[in-house]
Amino acid sequence: MATIYIDNKPFEVADDQNLLQAVLSLGLNLPYFCWHPALGSVGACRQCAIKQFRDEEDSRGKIVMACMTPVNSKSLIPPLNETRISVDDEEAEHFRESVIEWLMVNHPHDCPVCDEGGSCHLQDMTVMTGHNYRRYRFKKRTHRNQYLGPFINHEMNRCIACYRCVRFYRDYGGGDDLSVMASRGEVYFGRFEDGVLESEFSGNLVEVCPTGVFTDKTYKEHYTRKWDLQTAPSICLHCSLGCNTIPGERYGEIRTILSRYNGEVNGYFLCDRGRFGYGFVNSGRRIRQPLIRNDAGGLESSTPEAVGDKLASFLSNGAKMIGIGSPRASLEANFALRTLVGADRFYNGMSADDSRLVASAIRILQEGPARTPTLREVESADAVFVLGEDLTNTAPRLDLAVKQSVRRKPIERAAMLRIPEWDDASVRELVQDEKGPFFIATPNPTKLDNIATQTYRATPDDLARLGFAVAHALDPAAPSVTDLPDDVAQLADSIAQALKESKRPLVISGTSCASEAVMRAAANVAWALCQDERAGEVYFVVPECNSTGVRLMAERDVDAAIEAVQANEADTVIVLENDLYRRAAGTSVDTLLDTAEHVIAIDHQTHRTTEKAEAVLPAGTFAESDGTFVSSEGRAQRFYQVFVSNGDEQESWRWLQELMGAAGQLEAPAWENLDDITAGLAQAYPIFEAIPKIAPPAGFRVVGQKIPRQSPRHSGRTSVLADVNVSEPKPPADSDSPFSFSMEGYTGAPPSALISRFWSPGWNSPQAINKFQIEVGGHLHGGDPGRRLIEPSDDAKPEYLNDVPASFKPRDGELLIMPLYHIFGSDELSILAPAVAERSPQPYLALNPNAAASLQVRDGEVVEITLDGVAQRLPAKISPELPEGTAGLPVGLPGLCGVTLPAWSRVKK
Amino acid sequence: MIQSIHPLIITIGILFVVVNTAALLIWLERRLLALWQDRYGPNRVGPFGLLQVLADMIKIFTKEDWVPPFADKPVFILAPAVIVVAVLMSFAVIPFSPDIWVVDLNIGLLFFLAMSSMGVYSVVLAGWASNNKYSLLGGMRAAAQMLSYEVFMGLSLMGVVMMAGSFNLREIVETQKGMWFFIPQIFGLVVFMVAGIAETHRLPFDLPEAESELVAGYHSEYSGMKFGMFFVGEYLGVTLISAFITTLFFGGWLGPSFLPPIVWFILKTFVFICFFILLRASLPRPRYDQLMAYGWKVMLPLALANLIVTGGIILAIG
Amino acid sequence: MISLLRSIWLVFLHMFRKRVTIQYPDEKPNLPPRWRGRIVLTQDPDGEERCVACYLCAVACPVDCIALQATEDNHGRRYPDFFRINFSRCIFCGFCEDACPTYAIQLTPDFEMAEYNRQSLVYEKEDLLINGPGKYPDYNFYRFAGMSIGGKDKGEAENEDPPVDVHSLMP
Repeated sequence: MATIYIDNKPFEVADDQNLLQAVLSLGLNLPYFCWHPALGSVGACRQCAIKQFRDEEDSRGKIVMACMTPVNSKSLIPPLNETRISVDDEEAEHFRESVIEWLMVNHPHDCPVCDEGGSCHLQDMTVMTGHNYRRYRFKKRTHRNQYLGPFINHEMNRCIACYRCVRFYRDYGGGDDLSVMASRGEVYFGRFEDGVLESEFSGNLVEVCPTGVFTDKTYKEHYTRKWDLQTAPSICLHCSLGCNTIPGERYGEIRTILSRYNGEVNGYFLCDRGRFGYGFVNSGRRIRQPLIRNDAGGLESSTPEAVGDKLASFLSNGAKMIGIGSPRASLEANFALRTLVGADRFYNGMSADDSRLVASAIRILQEGPARTPTLREVESADAVFVLGEDLTNTAPRLDLAVKQSVRRKPIERAAMLRIPEWDDASVRELVQDEKGPFFIATPNPTKLDNIATQTYRATPDDLARLGFAVAHALDPAAPSVTDLPDDVAQLADSIAQALKESKRPLVISGTSCASEAVMRAAANVAWALCQDERAGEVYFVVPECNSTGVRLMAERDVDAAIEAVQANEADTVIVLENDLYRRAAGTSVDTLLDTAEHVIAIDHQTHRTTEKAEAVLPAGTFAESDGTFVSSEGRAQRFYQVFVSNGDEQESWRWLQELMGAAGQLEAPAWENLDDITAGLAQAYPIFEAIPKIAPPAGFRVVGQKIPRQSPRHSGRTSVLADVNVSEPKPPADSDSPFSFSMEGYTGAPPSALISRFWSPGWNSPQAINKFQIEVGGHLHGGDPGRRLIEPSDDAKPEYLNDVPASFKPRDGELLIMPLYHIFGSDELSILAPAVAERSPQPYLALNPNAAASLQVRDGEVVEITLDGVAQRLPAKISPELPEGTAGLPVGLPGLCGVTLPAWSRVKK
Repeated sequence: MIQSIHPLIITIGILFVVVNTAALLIWLERRLLALWQDRYGPNRVGPFGLLQVLADMIKIFTKEDWVPPFADKPVFILAPAVIVVAVLMSFAVIPFSPDIWVVDLNIGLLFFLAMSSMGVYSVVLAGWASNNKYSLLGGMRAAAQMLSYEVFMGLSLMGVVMMAGSFNLREIVETQKGMWFFIPQIFGLVVFMVAGIAETHRLPFDLPEAESELVAGYHSEYSGMKFGMFFVGEYLGVTLISAFITTLFFGGWLGPSFLPPIVWFILKTFVFICFFILLRASLPRPRYDQLMAYGWKVMLPLALANLIVTGGIILAIG
Repeated sequence: MISLLRSIWLVFLHMFRKRVTIQYPDEKPNLPPRWRGRIVLTQDPDGEERCVACYLCAVACPVDCIALQATEDNHGRRYPDFFRINFSRCIFCGFCEDACPTYAIQLTPDFEMAEYNRQSLVYEKEDLLINGPGKYPDYNFYRFAGMSIGGKDKGEAENEDPPVDVHSLMP
């Protein structure tokens, strides 16, 4: 800690920061543009000018850039005895105003039609500096815009050349198709030619850009100002990482998703799937009313009462119910289903493979000494070994974190040269393209390959063998692998060497290879790294947002449910937020749905399972219900209802509670709100004991007030529904959370788990996050939300996992069809968003050139494969790096879902 | 026959005229206030808006007559009647002309003072029975105000009594044939007028119903014709005080003979009614402590001094 | 005391003044053009809708009686998809007019909009749009904004240079 004097007042601040960080962390206001807490300082915009004084006697001082000046004045040349600065100095204020005036010389007269307006950093800073009139009388420079794909809108006129976009896109996000062109006042930020931005993190440009050059194109389709959005804290459900989001609603539609800063999880950034995948909430495929099968055999809309009566007629007659839960439904919904059908008749709703693999991941993390890192900790790992996981496509935000970790090792040199880490330009100059140890072993090429030290392409079995070999090289006690080819053995040794030399080694694996052996190998490597007081870490990516949570609740999967129905142990199946055709082979799901006498589905989207159900109840999506997800990190996080829809949708657990009533269950628990059900959950499962504590209860109030979901500036309260009825209805009540569905309530900063928007007086843009952090870029006040449920046991010394698989043997005439994941397309829900659908690939079969040659197919020619007894004709795509004897099939694309991979198949032309 | 029916006709006639005057005063006050504020006032119902009174009557009679559930019901209903009765009783002793009077009491003036003290019951009971803090505050203010001002209201009239040598109002008027009493008793007149305003709690002394502080004071909870009774009572009070000023200080019916005496009486009374309204149009309401201080520290000494001086002069002249 | 008498006298003298009341509805008041009455949406001099659906009127409205939804035509010009004012809530404060950056929303000297049915006081865009520029005959927002719209490309607005050729390296 160091003492600095700001306008002659002493403050205690951490001394490894720059003055801008220190000033902002103290809660003072200082304008800035090019600096970003995650990107560091480059001193380009000259906006954060302050005056620095030699000592108390110095009355003249000199203007310095706060972001480029360290707090520790002893490291200056020449060193100063003390740090004494003035933010309010007249000259410095005038300087800052002039800088804004120059920046605004070319800024167009666009604010009313600009999507950034109302959440614009440039607006905020202009107001903050006091500049209000354009004195420059000459012409404004203009630029033409580019088409940047379905996610991002480009409006170059508004650019103030702060360089944040390329610094994020290229330096932080590892993209290379956005860059700076032209020179001087005419610099242009864009692509070399019009086209889709390739990076999976392009959406963050919307929040990174301090003005309206890059805006959210999906938001523009139904644009509304930031202050009019009804928001609540939420969790992204498009992958297992549990990124924190803020969905914004207006007129009954989700309009946009913003990143909700969580210092432990996603920080400032989201991936494009999380940001733009919200369209399913507004989709035309939503189930809005209860549906019931009529005599003609079709599903028709009905009323909740009529459906309730119908269901009661057979549920109360001693139906033998089973319940199939879902890894994309909340813990609470799954628990309600379990309570309805009974613990021994509840199935977790995952495919047999997923269930087995997720269980394996949980077991490894619970029993072994290796801990799973948070995403923030992943960024500080200095050696990373990815085993069998295509991170960009299965856990995109983890990909971005890994991109930071590969810089850890080279950055260590900066400290030796006494370059502070926040001095981004200098650090990058020093590091150049140097990368830390980063090894990728996957079946198919990944987008991270270009920053990897070495890559290895093989089938899952061979990947596992590599992993086991690395573990053996690290610790001879680990099982050894026999018959390893020399090059692989060499690779294993070099990986082991690199991991050994690092301070924070990390192994990343996951379920996407569908191979338990791979995960065991990863576990062995991590455990072997836990020698001599060092913390080896392992991260397992799991398939869906609540896979970990629901697997902790029940171990039996969909296949077990199918068997139960076939064995006539059940005649009524209740399917919760689950399309069973994505969980098991189509034929066996058909058997299940046809054999069962009654099928009741609760979901928000129409899919093949709901189409076959006898009754369908409309569930609320994540935006219309509250609940808890457990991320792959093992972090339980609460998401809150954003809005109340007009239809009959309600939380799944409320439907299930009604079903309990319909079934005449007298002992059914009387849940009145979410707290009651989480209390029940905590009672039923020791591991979920902390769940009621992850967020304040529904009765929580700040100075007797609820927390508003609407900003104090929310507009149109007396007019939005005036066309229906001029008398305004009462706002909906919320018994489940401390939030109100109105602008009434406490407007200050709530506890971190209840932050529904980042706003602070004078800070309307996402930069207001500074005001909610203990230290800029650090943790939120009161601790980051969420609670980790899975921690390694302290003195765990498990036996190394054994059963090293045999090396992969290609078969004659058959290919092993491997699952290929796509960030846009593999996820069930996000693909329902039109923008994401536009980016998703068409179904194809990836073949390696040898296989293609032997089949005599060229790229694009149609081939036929047979999976689960169903023949599919798909265009072939030549993928040079696929291992010999395998082919790749995209997972989850509409038309391709519901096949169990990997599987052997004959491929015909 | 005529002899026996004559007093009855006069009584009913006076009652009719007086009550209608009160009603008409509502219109008159609104028109006059408007006139002094450069407006028109009610001018849309009937000629000059005269039928406004009728419209108001229809409205007030057909309004919901609501008694709050928390009120003391019998007292609540009784209170508005008291004020109207008390004021109407006072009119009995006024000699409107040499031929028109209801009763010729030789203690007429004392009867008037007695009746006007009755008015305070109405207000206090209304405030009490409403069971509402604003009403009660209004009632308490009224009690204190009316009791205080009553003291020197009586005292201010003693000069007149001394000069006339009688409490009989007819005799008081008769004695003014030489000189109206407002000349020798100018201080008595001033004190009586101020006390009269306070007794009828008219602006600027309407503190019991000060709407800016007490909603509507003692009649906050009243509605319909009960509220109307208070209203009528107030206007009757204005008429009564004006009639007494005329009788006691301005020679009652006396006047040049080209007009009949009753007309003189009515004209004089009308002028004072208008003056009451002018006061309302022009003066702000004092603070409550100012009102009390003004009563006890200025008006009471003034009334006493007037009494002593008058007594001394009468004694000296013999 | 004198001051009391003086004020009584001065009030009395008002009896002889001219009355200021205008006998509406027999006599129509002469309202100034900046009178804050019925709200209209105006058109720019080219006959296009002026409103760009920026939501500033809605947020400025102290009684929240304005609701709208922005949309765009094929050439990038913004306009409101719907625009609703609930006049039963409107207090005619004129903040919306002050907030409007394009002079689209204007208050007019018309106050005779009483209705027997409160629902009839909800005005939609078709009820609000007028066929003219209102008080500001010349202003056209898009002539000053940097966005390109149909009929106006980049660099064609007031005080703009033609678009930069990014391939040029000329200083």
